[in-house]
Amino acid sequence: MNETAALIEPHIPALRRYAFALIRDDASADDLVQDCLERAVSRWHLRRGGDVRAWLFTILHNLFVSQRRQTLRRGPHRTLEDVEHETGIPSAQEHAVIHRDMLRALATLPEEQQSVLLLIGVEDLSYAEAAGIVGVPVGTIMSRLSRGRNRLRRLLNGGPVDEERTTSERSSTLRRIK
Amino acid sequence: MTGGMPIGDDDLHGYVDQRLTPERMAAVEAYIATHPDAAAQVLQYREQRDALRSALQHKYDEPVPVRLRVAGIQAERRRRWRRSLGRVAAAGLWLLIGAAGGWIANEELTATPPVRVAASSALPANAVAQEALTAHRIFAAEVRHPVEVDVTQEKHLVEWLSKRLARPLRVPDLSAQGYRLMGGRLLPASAGPAAQFMYDDGTGRRLTVYLTAEDGGETSFRYVQDGELGGFYWRDAGFGYAVLAQADRRDLLATAEAIYRQTDDTVPVSGR
Repeated sequence: MNETAALIEPHIPALRRYAFALIRDDASADDLVQDCLERAVSRWHLRRGGDVRAWLFTILHNLFVSQRRQTLRRGPHRTLEDVEHETGIPSAQEHAVIHRDMLRALATLPEEQQSVLLLIGVEDLSYAEAAGIVGVPVGTIMSRLSRGRNRLRRLLNGGPVDEERTTSERSSTLRRIK
Repeated sequence: MTGGMPIGDDDLHGYVDQRLTPERMAAVEAYIATHPDAAAQVLQYREQRDALRSALQHKYDEPVPVRLRVAGIQAERRRRWRRSLGRVAAAGLWLLIGAAGGWIANEELTATPPVRVAASSALPANAVAQEALTAHRIFAAEVRHPVEVDVTQEKHLVEWLSKRLARPLRVPDLSAQGYRLMGGRLLPASAGPAAQFMYDDGTGRRLTVYLTAEDGGETSFRYVQDGELGGFYWRDAGFGYAVLAQADRRDLLATAEAIYRQTDDTVPVSGR
């Protein structure tokens, strides 16, 4: 295995996980990862040292955002039912039900909050790394993290989620739970 | 709680994510020990994070699809690169074929009136041809004053024009081609004076021979055509020549050759 492959390959499972969590469709998520890897291979010489993982996540995140911008023609409202309909996550096993609920709940958050929750909570990236990947200041990362987690908490506790409206930076990603 | 910054929501997240300095971690720990609400919050954040992780764990553990193998992506990229290189090479080849074809065609076409070998092809002669065409159009149509000096003063005409072009010239005799001299005139050309001799074939068709003083090597005959008017032009022995008429190309070539032969003869005469 060559050097480039040796440095990229170990991060592929994490990239797939992140893409799947955001897109919730196996094939589309892997398409995105493939785009990301192709770009990484072709721009490998432009990489300025630093952490390969953060670099790869930055590419993936940018691709996701630009892809989303192109396809985001859906309405601003998404309900649990919509999400349930979209995801189709299998519910055969007992524990899968919990997982499905978790991913469904995540899907109802604004995408920018989903990203932060995933990058920090799941991918274990630092706040600074997450800020670099998403391209916002650390303070913004912190506030998205806080909002996302509190929202998710209320959601999973079955409480009234949204009387506090999310002050989303882009109105197109503004969602409310009915 | 000890002194320093009060504990904030960001500290609770930092605590869950283990992103705090050891001192701050300790401070948060002390805080939640005495604040059950904060402790519950931290617990829920942690549970939430763990639930999210385990919900996605299956994706992480999945075998990576073949299409996401870096080596495969690199190979595909090289293949595409080679293919586009191949395309560029093919385009280059076509260009070469086209250029070669053009070169051969040029050789073929310019070789059609190969009366003699051209010594130089860098001629401003085309400009001469254009001026000759213009002069022909203006004066061949002239009924009352087609010439400045008519054939009755042929000797004067030749001397005058030779003087103005600063070299001895001779009026071509085209009677063998059926053209009778009418006379000639002096014209301004872009490179200096030019002489025009006008001929008539007896049916009203007019032919002009146009001369300019031209230093430089000989050229072969080149054909020029503008509407019904056609002719040949070339350079030889200190003159640029053009012979023009509304006649077919073969007749014009015969006339041009006759002029060439006669002017060739004049060379020894020039020292007269």
